[in-house]
Amino acid sequence: MSRYMLIESRDPFDSNDVAFTYGLACDLVKAGHDVALVLVQNGVLPARRGANADGLAAVIKAGVRVLADDFSLSERGIANARLTSGVEPTKIDVVIDHMAEGHKTLWH
Amino acid sequence: MAKKTLNIVESAYRAVMEEQDDTILWVLAAMQGAGAEHTVVLRANAVNYAVAGQGAPGMAVGKWTQTQAPKMDRDVADLIEKRKMTVYVIVEDVAQRGIEKRELMSGIRLLPRAALPGLYEEHAIVSHW
Amino acid sequence: MSKKTLTFALMDAPYESENLTTAFRLLAIAAERGFTINVFAYEGASALAFAKQVPHPNPVHGKNVAEENHPTTKDQVAALLACAEENGGKVDWVNCGMCVDERGVNEFVPGTRRGSPADLHAFTEASDNVLVIPTK
Repeated sequence: MSRYMLIESRDPFDSNDVAFTYGLACDLVKAGHDVALVLVQNGVLPARRGANADGLAAVIKAGVRVLADDFSLSERGIANARLTSGVEPTKIDVVIDHMAEGHKTLWH
Repeated sequence: MAKKTLNIVESAYRAVMEEQDDTILWVLAAMQGAGAEHTVVLRANAVNYAVAGQGAPGMAVGKWTQTQAPKMDRDVADLIEKRKMTVYVIVEDVAQRGIEKRELMSGIRLLPRAALPGLYEEHAIVSHW
Repeated sequence: MSKKTLTFALMDAPYESENLTTAFRLLAIAAERGFTINVFAYEGASALAFAKQVPHPNPVHGKNVAEENHPTTKDQVAALLACAEENGGKVDWVNCGMCVDERGVNEFVPGTRRGSPADLHAFTEASDNVLVIPTK
């Protein structure tokens, strides 16, 4: 088993290609790997409860740990209480932590 | 008399931390100061600029700290209140992002997508940013 | 945690993309931890350390230069280098030579240097991890 950290900086409203990252996260989990998906920048926009975000919901359902950068959330006025179930706010330190621990880290 | 210009803004949060504002809203405000007559429609992710209560703390890199971090709702309010621009958000784009209408700042106007052609006809120039 | 070596490849030009805001936030954390940090500044990112950047006022906000306190990426690069050193780490910041030449941005913040893709290769070989932050 490998450990992966996928960083998604884009959002599904502006970029269809977000489906690549979401799908990759699900496929890696299905293959038995440990996967965290970190939403940053506009990537946090689908994490607001009530958003049309079926793709992100599927990622959460697949068992991927989904984190949202607290700085990006504040920048966009998304309070923690407005996050959809299954998304945890996080400090960006988590990326450095995972890199230091040797997780394969990919940015999209 | 200046040409009435409709500005459709979709780019959002691209360089706001580095510039301490949105460069598109900034240039529209600056042009208005020079005599331009602008109307603004926030669409796509830019509808989030109309959400009240946003703004990250300033960045910090070692001993360097940012003291004037942007607040995009403040800048939209400036367009509406100080510069007397009409600013719309596309209602379908607001809904798609799960933004509740009560979360929007005061003074913002809601515009259905279907109303865009009529708005286009009211302006001499239409610019898509 | 032991001191690690991390490499970052950046591609976006200053003042145009939020990728750099996130990149500097990540770099700052690694510097605070005293890590060895390698940066390969490629394409537009080769202007991040350009020494002739000057802060500007913000007439729309009604602020003069001092009040606006406009960020420059060269100051962030310099602060990053200082932070790493204060915490027992170091930064090897390489500006792609051909990229700076074509952009005319070949005067760098002290402590950064000119380099080539061979440096990125060497960084990769010597690092515990690598993160490429691509432009879109």
